[in-house]
Amino acid sequence: MDRPDTSPPTMMQRILASDFVFDFTRAPLAMLAAAVVLFLFIIAILAPLVAPTNPFDPASLNLMNGFTPPMTPNMFTGQSFVMGTDDQGRDLLSAIIYGLRVSLFVGVMSVLLAMGIGVSLGLVAGYVGGWLDNLIMRIADIQLTFPSILIAMLIFGVLRGIIPPDLRDEMAIFVLIAAIGLSEWVPFARTVRATTLVEKEKEYVQAARLIGLRRGQIMWRHILPNVIGPVLVIATITLALAIIAEATLSFLGVGAPPTEPSLGTLIRIGQDYLFSGEWWILAFPAVTLLALALSVNLLGDWLKDTLNPRLK
Amino acid sequence: MADRPYLDVTGLSRHFDISDPFLARVVSGGRKRVLTAVDDVSFSIAKGQTYALVGESGSGKSTIARMIVGLERPDSGRILIDGQTAFDEAGGQAQDDHLRQKLQMVFQSPYSSLNPRWRVGDILMEPIKAFGLISERGAQRRRVDELLEQVGLSSPDAARFPHEFSGGQRQRISIARALASNPQFIVCDEPTSALDVSVQAQVLNLLKQLQRDLQLTYLFISHDMAVVRVMAHRIGVLKDGRLVEENEAGKLIESPQQPYTRMLMESTPRFAGGVG
Amino acid sequence: MTAPLLDVRDLSVEFPLRRQRLQALDGISFSLEAGEVLGFVGESGAGKSLTGAAIMGLLEPPGRITAGTIALQGRRIEDDAASVRGGEIGMIFQDPLTSLNPLRTVGDQLVETIQLHLGLSGEAAEARAIELLEEVGIDPERRSAFPHEFSGGMRQRIVIALALAPEPKLIIADEPTTALDVSIQAQVLALLRRLCKERGAAVILITHDMGVIAETTDRVAVLYAGRLVEEGPTADVIAAPRHPYTAGLMASTPNLDAVSVDTVLPQIPGSMPGLTALPSGCRFHPRCGDAMAECARIAPEFADGVACHKYSAVGSMKGKGASNGG
Repeated sequence: MDRPDTSPPTMMQRILASDFVFDFTRAPLAMLAAAVVLFLFIIAILAPLVAPTNPFDPASLNLMNGFTPPMTPNMFTGQSFVMGTDDQGRDLLSAIIYGLRVSLFVGVMSVLLAMGIGVSLGLVAGYVGGWLDNLIMRIADIQLTFPSILIAMLIFGVLRGIIPPDLRDEMAIFVLIAAIGLSEWVPFARTVRATTLVEKEKEYVQAARLIGLRRGQIMWRHILPNVIGPVLVIATITLALAIIAEATLSFLGVGAPPTEPSLGTLIRIGQDYLFSGEWWILAFPAVTLLALALSVNLLGDWLKDTLNPRLK
Repeated sequence: MADRPYLDVTGLSRHFDISDPFLARVVSGGRKRVLTAVDDVSFSIAKGQTYALVGESGSGKSTIARMIVGLERPDSGRILIDGQTAFDEAGGQAQDDHLRQKLQMVFQSPYSSLNPRWRVGDILMEPIKAFGLISERGAQRRRVDELLEQVGLSSPDAARFPHEFSGGQRQRISIARALASNPQFIVCDEPTSALDVSVQAQVLNLLKQLQRDLQLTYLFISHDMAVVRVMAHRIGVLKDGRLVEENEAGKLIESPQQPYTRMLMESTPRFAGGVG
Repeated sequence: MTAPLLDVRDLSVEFPLRRQRLQALDGISFSLEAGEVLGFVGESGAGKSLTGAAIMGLLEPPGRITAGTIALQGRRIEDDAASVRGGEIGMIFQDPLTSLNPLRTVGDQLVETIQLHLGLSGEAAEARAIELLEEVGIDPERRSAFPHEFSGGMRQRIVIALALAPEPKLIIADEPTTALDVSIQAQVLALLRRLCKERGAAVILITHDMGVIAETTDRVAVLYAGRLVEEGPTADVIAAPRHPYTAGLMASTPNLDAVSVDTVLPQIPGSMPGLTALPSGCRFHPRCGDAMAECARIAPEFADGVACHKYSAVGSMKGKGASNGG
């Protein structure tokens, strides 16, 4: 009589019955944002299947197609492109789809890198404490005093200097990921440290100490699952920042190489033609970037409000 | 074999540094300040018996409990558990797996003592795995079922999360976890003070029944004289970190020697009804 | 006489949640005369604190009163609790720091309250504040100290002085001594009781502790899962509890004079249901040793001080001879 007589719900039932799903289905803006993000992710992943042409295949380019406006047949070839073409006759829609792919890849990977570094350092700082905590958090403080784009540029420059010149273009994407990832770990570390400080005083952690578990085991198995909520919120918000950071770096010409253009690279190219009337070369990549960053941000804001009821 | 006490604590002390941070002290010219939380406390518990430490907040009772299980380091004194040295001044803390396995704790809060992200089955499995008590998976699961039944829950509960249970049920899970390593000695730190009265009796009765069935030795920490009276064979009264009085439970309640003990008993609310 | 000091009729409180509405209080009725100390006892979640909050108009949104009336000396206040809060009705919370401003001295806070509600001049208010501090056993010399400079028990005495300053007709004390040590608890409760008796102010004392009820209150109301199950003079209820829940609650509370290490405490099986999973009929029936077939189907009416089929027409056939045991 002391216990519910039904059997425990399955994982799927738990998820469907959760407040999280309930709130989500009643937040139209969050649902719209999620739909946009999901749509862009799917397109990016399936790029070779959905893009009309492969913009990196020189065989598919025809210089005669250059500067074709959207939805207008080219005066020489008669070909028509939904979003027009750039200076080299590249189909802009295809370029955007492939560019999206680069942008999202760099964004997601650099967030994972930042998350890995930040969560680990935050856990150690919070749980072990002492001089290690001081060291980690002072480094974080120092890093916070500089704009993260500046730090990313610095890291980018240093890493490029280390890499042999013939590998630079090949490694450019990974250098970009390292630069952005290393510049965004601080918020993860700070949040995880704060949550860890609270969690480590709880009695379940003391119970784990009583059976002789080592620090690493307690951090990994007991504390980590309890700090993951806020980490997901920060990850989403950082994803938007990382995508923008990547675009900024690429726009400044220190990011993705022209052989593998990201949205930022496309915007930089398009910028040259804005005042000569070829507006579409800039506008379509820019709108795509805006839609992506805005949707991810909206989703992050909603997650923050939902997972953190104290802030309401 | 019954002659040697199961737990023997001598001259246990613990001080806390409560002074301002070093720099602030230098600036303000303040001194180091030390709070004596536990001051030269000695007592022993016979095997299979319950010893209760009773006192108000700040009396040092929880600090003693934490020092005995090894969560906190004493400054001086000696702790012997089942003849094995758990702490002495010369050798420091000497907690090994052999000792840890005999020693468990039930905590005060049924809400923060269970990891909210873990299923009950995993919570109970952890000590079994950590001490390598059972290696075969089927046998591990049977042991979890057995533990759940021992505390009045049932095997489907293993698949649930802590938040699906009431406070009293959570405290049962906490007790089951303490039992999972087959301990001989359990420290109960105010195990019912966060529970409702109608549930408190269930948990107290359960602890007593488990003591009989498994020959457990308890150190029971509480601020409630009436609860202590139900649980303990011997009672020690703590005030400001010192043991002011100690006696066999019946004698202490019937003829308290210290004014502080009498005051504690007189201020315990009571009513002329209830059991007995 | 005229209308009672406080008259609460069929008070119901609801919390709309995501998927359902939780009825946290269901048809609570009671009244209170001037100078009376009424205790509300029950487990956490039974609704005792909510009753106090509803009277004070301090329900946390989205909680709201869905039915019933609350009348203070015949005047309906359920829609306008703000007009009586802090003046005609005073409140004492478990944590004294929630009622005290940490940045102002204790004396300032008292003087301000007195001036605001009694309209006294500065000097008269000051004199009144000194009187009040003396009455609650605090050296008036310490009125220029800040709240954090006092111990927990002393702070709660200051809160009592603050609550009494506007000369309220009713004081609602929600677990006022739960955070205090037992030795201080007894003093604070005795003080609260004495001062209210002297002034003819009524008290609603909310607690989970039957011992506190027995030693402090004139009448007691027992709540279970949002419903009133028993109400009556404290002495009568303690001597002969009628509802099986009250009886079980008392039996399971260890009594210092009557137990030993060999005692097996009588226990109520199970635990109080959450508001999301309330049983049908009488909400106590799944845990009740005296439950009859009717108990699972029909909720017992509250009549003659108790809500139990043992005493109603439905259960009179079988119920009369049933024992009170838990």
